[in-house]
Amino acid sequence: MRVMVIVKADKNSEAGILPTKETKETFAAVGKFNEELVKAGVMLAGEGLQPSSKGKRVRFSGQQRTVIDGPFAEAKELVGGFWLWQVKSMEEAVEWLKRAPFDGGKEVEIRQVYEASDFPAEVLSAEDAAREQELRDELQRKTAKR
Amino acid sequence: MTVADTHRAIDAVWRIESARIIAGLARILRDVGLAEELAQDALVAALEQWPASGIPDNPGAWLMAVAKHRAIDRLRRSKLFEQKQGELARELQSRQEKAVADFETAIDDDIGDDLLRLIFTACHPVLSPEGRVALTLRLLGGLNTEEIARAFLVPEPTVAQRIVRAKRALADARIPFEVPRGSERAARLSSVLEVIYLVFNEGYTATAGDDWLRPALCEDALRLGRILAELTPKEPEVHGLVALMEIQASRSRARVGSAGEPILLMDQDRSRWDQLLIRRGLAALDRAEKLAAARGPYTVQAAIAACHARARTPAETDWPRIVSLYEALAQLTPSPIVELNRAVAIAMAFGPAAGLEVIDNLASEPSLIAYHLFPSVRGDFLFRLGRFPDAQAEFERAASLTRNARESELLLGRARACAQAQMRSGSP
Repeated sequence: MRVMVIVKADKNSEAGILPTKETKETFAAVGKFNEELVKAGVMLAGEGLQPSSKGKRVRFSGQQRTVIDGPFAEAKELVGGFWLWQVKSMEEAVEWLKRAPFDGGKEVEIRQVYEASDFPAEVLSAEDAAREQELRDELQRKTAKR
Repeated sequence: MTVADTHRAIDAVWRIESARIIAGLARILRDVGLAEELAQDALVAALEQWPASGIPDNPGAWLMAVAKHRAIDRLRRSKLFEQKQGELARELQSRQEKAVADFETAIDDDIGDDLLRLIFTACHPVLSPEGRVALTLRLLGGLNTEEIARAFLVPEPTVAQRIVRAKRALADARIPFEVPRGSERAARLSSVLEVIYLVFNEGYTATAGDDWLRPALCEDALRLGRILAELTPKEPEVHGLVALMEIQASRSRARVGSAGEPILLMDQDRSRWDQLLIRRGLAALDRAEKLAAARGPYTVQAAIAACHARARTPAETDWPRIVSLYEALAQLTPSPIVELNRAVAIAMAFGPAAGLEVIDNLASEPSLIAYHLFPSVRGDFLFRLGRFPDAQAEFERAASLTRNARESELLLGRARACAQAQMRSGSP
């Protein structure tokens, strides 16, 4: 199974990359942890996100789309980075995460990613399925013509 | 935390740590079987103690410490025993004292080399293929006997016996616990790659049973491949194999329909392909191609898989390139199966008549007589040439040859389609 490990933003990540001793140490420690994950064949992907001051939000209401510029308040609710891990169980993800070099009351969240087999057949109604099949056939006819 | 919770957590710790513990012990003890036994002892101790004491902060170190103590006990005991054997034991004794001393310092050394030694030992050609697979999954995949048995649809005692036999064979043949060097290395590495790919294929196209895909085995194989790629970063074929497995695995969501039926590559909904795995596969292929002047067999196969992965629609597939890659593969590893695939590519690039010509040259090939894909491919060419009754007969023959129930259904479905096409075309 796949899990997403979500690291929340904090004061430092919201401030961007600053060349301080602390940042350097954190980087080195996370780098070493990443290396361990790669060597164990666990890490599929992992990225750190830039501060929310460079981010945007789009709010949906009926036909209206409103774009909101960052930064966004509540650093604790923002995502600062994520990993995608391939593990055998949630317990294995927990054991890996326990080895991560975090401190200071930081909370990191693990969420299981949906797999195709997790969707019950009813989610896609027979009508939707037929429509999808039609679209696929249409696509096939188009590609066959080329 | 309930006892069941703790046991699940212990399973997880075991999966993460077991290979490193076994590998570290095996280096000192020079005996993989004994190392595995002692590591198991440590696991049993954890199962006994952790539900009451809680999981230690550093569970890996805890397990290693317990296993280490057991190993030292064992060494001391055998030392006493050998002292009684007189003169002959003297040399052994000093070696074992050294081993005990070594233990304290050496076991925490770089574990990477030990893991590599363990992989090469578990995949040693002196073992039967089944033995290699079982031992590799047990020692490196952290799977228990029951899990291996379930994955390969064989009774648990059979797997247990394969493992016991494999360990004994390693001890009897006095296989050294080391990474092979020089001319031996290439042959031994290909045995390792073979084992990993065998596990992958067992999961990807189950040879028997009703499930067409047993994803857990694919994931185990991919994990082993990714681990190996980090241990041997300069071996192009390791990256080639990883690339091949990543790209094939990227299609797993698309290759089985909602009723569990297989969906062939050209009919798959490509929007369901896993782009993350494709990207990883293409990156691994790139690594492989940069490392070697000429592509090895796994890298060629990965390059073929990449042609499909890059095509957004079936019509965009670069068939002439696939034909030339199959030609390269036929030179590296000539086999009727490769020829069969080359015939398919030629039919796609230059029409079914050209493909049929290649395949008919193979008709006398003894290894293909009982292989269901041969009549299935031939049936496909005949169908496309409008020779429906001939095609129908081939599909029916193919269905009778496969051991996989789902695949058999698919083939019988195609045979029925031939009969319908014949009726529509109006001729008898």
